[in-house]
Amino acid sequence: MNSGNSDDDAGAILIDSRASGGGAPGDDLLDVRGLQVEFRTRDGVAKAVNGVNYSVAAGETLAVLGESGSGKSVTAQAIMGILDSPPGYVTGGEIVFKGRDLLKLGNEERRKIRGEQMAMIFQDALSALNPVHSVGMQLGEMYRVHRGVSRKEAKAKAVELMDRVRIPAAKERVNDYPHQFSGGMRQRIMIAMALALEPDLIIADEPTTALDVTVQAQVMDLLAELQAEYNMGLILITHDLGVVADVADKIAVMYAGRIVETAPVHELYKNPAHPYSRGLLDSIPRLDQKGQELYAIKGLPPNLLRIPPGCAFNPRCPRAQDICRREEPELFEVTGDDGAPLPGRGSACFFWKETLHDV
Amino acid sequence: MPDQEKYNKADPLADAGTEEEEIQSAVESRTFDLGTMEAQTLIKNERLDDEPEVAAADDRVKPRSLWQDAWRDLRRNPIFIISGLLIIFLVVMAIWPGLFTSTDPLKCDLSKAQQGSESGHPFGFDGQGCDVYARTVYGARASITVGVCATVGAALVGTTLGGLAGFLGGWSDSVISRVADIFFGIPILLGGLVFLSVIPSRSIWIVVAFIVVLGWPQIARIGRGAVITAKQQDYVTAARALGASNSRLMLRHILPNAVAPIIVVATIALGTYIALEATLSFLGVGLKPPTVSWGIDISSASATFRNAPHMLLYPAGALSITVLAFIMLGDAVRDALDPKLR
Repeated sequence: MNSGNSDDDAGAILIDSRASGGGAPGDDLLDVRGLQVEFRTRDGVAKAVNGVNYSVAAGETLAVLGESGSGKSVTAQAIMGILDSPPGYVTGGEIVFKGRDLLKLGNEERRKIRGEQMAMIFQDALSALNPVHSVGMQLGEMYRVHRGVSRKEAKAKAVELMDRVRIPAAKERVNDYPHQFSGGMRQRIMIAMALALEPDLIIADEPTTALDVTVQAQVMDLLAELQAEYNMGLILITHDLGVVADVADKIAVMYAGRIVETAPVHELYKNPAHPYSRGLLDSIPRLDQKGQELYAIKGLPPNLLRIPPGCAFNPRCPRAQDICRREEPELFEVTGDDGAPLPGRGSACFFWKETLHDV
Repeated sequence: MPDQEKYNKADPLADAGTEEEEIQSAVESRTFDLGTMEAQTLIKNERLDDEPEVAAADDRVKPRSLWQDAWRDLRRNPIFIISGLLIIFLVVMAIWPGLFTSTDPLKCDLSKAQQGSESGHPFGFDGQGCDVYARTVYGARASITVGVCATVGAALVGTTLGGLAGFLGGWSDSVISRVADIFFGIPILLGGLVFLSVIPSRSIWIVVAFIVVLGWPQIARIGRGAVITAKQQDYVTAARALGASNSRLMLRHILPNAVAPIIVVATIALGTYIALEATLSFLGVGLKPPTVSWGIDISSASATFRNAPHMLLYPAGALSITVLAFIMLGDAVRDALDPKLR
């Protein structure tokens, strides 16, 4: 089984991640290689992540795109080290963060990295903020846990942070509770919390899904601005193609726990090289298609307990051939018309060439 | 700032409050004119029209936590006020019985046995010729001490063990839960008859310890459930993702969110523990004379109930009122902390 031998996959994608990052190998802030995560449930072993490779450099934004259950959030949780285990276990691969493999560190060491060097922003800020503590206390807690400052100093820092994420009247509102803020303000507080200790890497798990469209843009802008200011690496997990286009540098599309396509963001929009990415793009409603039926990828994502043999996408793929049902495609390098490899591009499809040219 | 506006609009009273503050500050800075005064009156009238009973609308604009919310609910709940006053009265009686009677409950005059009330002895005398009023007053101490100490003990043990079971899960959870089930399965009166009858000493603390031993599983079960619910909340994961340690997660994030149902169950249990002490004493396995306890008095008066009903009715009445007060308090607290259960 190909997914089990992560080394081949890793080799394939490392080439393109380096090419896109522009730096020398090992320069990346975070390098995930052949990561495998499984959930041991009563019904069997669900393989949520099957050999994922991706990398993020400082100041770079990687968007991880995929449907619910594609393993994008689980990958993030594995990187953060907050996977619920049992039932979740990392069964293979490496998570190299600033040159150290996180999977080889002890629990206490990983805890110290969390918050301090990498932080996470959650989807629903109302449920991700503790209802019984004021936001000032929760923001200040970051300094109290990691820096050991006094209560008073922590509160002053909290006000400073709230100012930085542009919450109006921060001084008056520092003692308010999460339910007293609007959705957008709460998400700003989440962002402030993640940024408190100026981490090198931020993982944002669908940060704008729970927000109004108008507020989404504000929050994304703020995130992008702060990222540039601190030169942080950002992993943006989302299923919203609209959010991705503005802020991401490169995209990794996930399906059934594997990366099926990687590309610089605009190239993917222009010319996807995997039928799944194309399906995703085609299912965006467009103004110029008024009156026509909206395209939908037929079928459902596979049950992770029983991932189909060969390419996991084959039962839903319009291009599927016999080979797709027999062999699992590795991440092929995507080349241009002149045969030269396109930087940063890869596709796990035997027919990427046909998909790319849409024939 | 659309968000700010949205926040204010969500709560019209909060809106009124900030408006009023603005006007107030204008008044204070002596720039007031008829217009502002008019506005002030208007706002006040409006508020009176809308919701006359909200006299304390001002505190609505202040940040409120779950506890402040609960306290606000409680203050307006007549059941809480009545039970609270009763409990304060009973607690004062338990701590300083001398304030209510100068008669010694242990000084008895057999010549007056079973006599009815007379001047200076409003409740009459019991079978040993002791003053029933003094014994009723002094009996509060045993009941309240047993009730409060047993509840605190059971709540501490139950919350710790139940919380650990819920937080750690897996193997530890199974062990703690099964042990709790074993204790839960012992009928409390049968257990009392068996255990307490073999222990020679009958101090208050033995009875407290017995109630704690049989009472903690009830609280542990509630605590475990509450911790499991709180543990799955996103804010716990979020706190973990920001580097909080296990002990910090448990004490700072999970416990405050899990403690409400525990408090509710514990307050209601307090009343039942007081009744349990009386029951055990009645059966002769609880407290023993010379300790003064309602249960003992009820027990000794039961044989001569037809000749001298006052001997039984006064301590029994005191016991009923005490148990009722604590159960009412428990109900009020439950309503305030968990409106969904109402």
